[in-house]
Amino acid sequence: MTASEHPPARISIRDLRGSPARRRRELAVRALFLSAASVSILVSGLIILSLVGQAWSFISQVDLVLLVERGWFPRRDLYGIQTIVAGTLMVAGIGMVVAAPLGLGAAIYLSEYASGRVRRTVKPILEILAGIPSVVLGYFALQIISPTVVDTVCPGATEGSNLMAAGIGVGILITPLIASVAEDAMYAVPRSLREASYGLGARKRTTSLRIVFPAAISGIVAALILGMSRGIGETMVVSIAAGATGGSLFTLNPCEPGQTMTAAMTALATGSDQVRGATLAFPSLFFVGLLLFAFTLGLNLIADRFVRRVRIAY
Amino acid sequence: MASTPRAQAMTGAEAVRRALQGGSTDWRSVVFQTLLVLLLVLTLGILAWLLAVVFVNGIPVLAERGTDFLTSPLASRPQLAGVGQAIVGSLYLMVFVALISFPLGIGAAVYLEEYARDSWFTRLINTIVRNLAGVPSIVYGLLGLAVFVVALADFTGGRSLMSGGLTMAILVLPIVIITSAEALRAVPGSIREAAFGVGATRWEVVRSHVLPYAAPGILTGTILSMARAFGETAPLILVGAVVGGFNVQYDSVVGTLQGRYTALPTAVYDWARKPPTYSGNVYAAIVVLIVVLLLVNALAIYLRNRFERRW
Repeated sequence: MTASEHPPARISIRDLRGSPARRRRELAVRALFLSAASVSILVSGLIILSLVGQAWSFISQVDLVLLVERGWFPRRDLYGIQTIVAGTLMVAGIGMVVAAPLGLGAAIYLSEYASGRVRRTVKPILEILAGIPSVVLGYFALQIISPTVVDTVCPGATEGSNLMAAGIGVGILITPLIASVAEDAMYAVPRSLREASYGLGARKRTTSLRIVFPAAISGIVAALILGMSRGIGETMVVSIAAGATGGSLFTLNPCEPGQTMTAAMTALATGSDQVRGATLAFPSLFFVGLLLFAFTLGLNLIADRFVRRVRIAY
Repeated sequence: MASTPRAQAMTGAEAVRRALQGGSTDWRSVVFQTLLVLLLVLTLGILAWLLAVVFVNGIPVLAERGTDFLTSPLASRPQLAGVGQAIVGSLYLMVFVALISFPLGIGAAVYLEEYARDSWFTRLINTIVRNLAGVPSIVYGLLGLAVFVVALADFTGGRSLMSGGLTMAILVLPIVIITSAEALRAVPGSIREAAFGVGATRWEVVRSHVLPYAAPGILTGTILSMARAFGETAPLILVGAVVGGFNVQYDSVVGTLQGRYTALPTAVYDWARKPPTYSGNVYAAIVVLIVVLLLVNALAIYLRNRFERRW
């Protein structure tokens, strides 16, 4: 009775919104977080702008014939790009020859064979070792790997620094990365697949190689691509161990000193207050940087695709 | 006597295994497994070799020079040169990283995970962040060179501590965003729904529920990104960390920020390219570098295991 005389006030959306001050605070906080997120767009914009701007000023000023000279001597106006691209691919390639078997072998063992205790101990150790700074590996490659390993592979050719030593150093650097990412991929393969395989009478080896490995192939390929991309972008190992600080002639012999895109950049910038030498040396840095950026971005995008395939599968 | 039935049981099990294996040991499996073990041992062995070389050569120098090595400035004679300036420089860089990339990175992660709807803008930021994390560090050096050293020279003082610090902060930003976003994603939705259910606003949910639960994960990520910045060399060479020697007395905060600087890994790089008389210094500096990094990494892993939470 009383209810019909005094109908309850209808609750409108306005009553649930809370005080205006509270709403204003919400909007302000949201705007704050949004601007923080937008910084990443700003950064990538800055990277591309600074690279492209200077690289363009290099390309538009340089005599294009100089780009295919058989050597990279920027302080003498010789910009044989193929020299440092070949050096980069050689170093990354040698790195992969070292790192792929080691990393994948370790990954298969840890994921499929190791007991839980071994896995729980070794995995963090690998992750910690993945954090060893690259300067350290560069010095190790120069002082230890070059006189021991490289000297036996190409006798007489070494005077300390060469592309092979740098490549092996890069390989050691990316092994833990490849092992860790590939192990994650294989460990994520559902147990039911393994059990089905055992149920059919397959051996552990067969199950690992024919069932788990193919099921995790996207993640494994992604691990290898990421390793390659790290190897291409690796700077300090090459700067220290590959020699050829001033510049380099075109070479395809890994036993000789050589230069990569990354080392070319540090060589130009080290030991001088400004980037000295020919006036084009400064913008040439950015041209090389743009090239490197494009290489690694391409590889990372491909790796990203592979990783996403793994996520969809299970 | 008592062992007889047991031995029989063993042979019984053995017999069953034999029968299932077709009567013979599968040598290929044995070889395969041995190969895998060898590869793992080789991987760990090489890295152990590296650490052994570093410590065997570095510890004696540290023992001989004592704290003198840790406090001496860069100098032209290896017997006098130390890592004092380098340690101070590295610490300053860490302050930049902590003050700039932590708030920005965690803020961006909160936006992406808690606020953003699935729009083209969100996907764009996500893609950009993922790819920024894969950009080689030296490209960040080029960014710092073009933007902080050259374009903003009046503000930063050119090849200065500030340029180096800002470059480092930008370098680790994507790592902070990615690790923080992962930590936020691990907080179950039911926690948020419970808070919304009692009338909390989004910010209140984030502040008093999501962030506290995600804090250990975020902390681990930020520690790891610090470690990354601590060991990073290449970008610093491009944005003008001093190699060689320098001797400046700073008179003010601005003077410090706009002044010359060097960092621990840069000192290693510089000495590594010098004559072999410096090799003791290199190894000793590497020991300092690696000990700091291993401690920091171990702390991060300890925190992760200590606070790891299963929902």
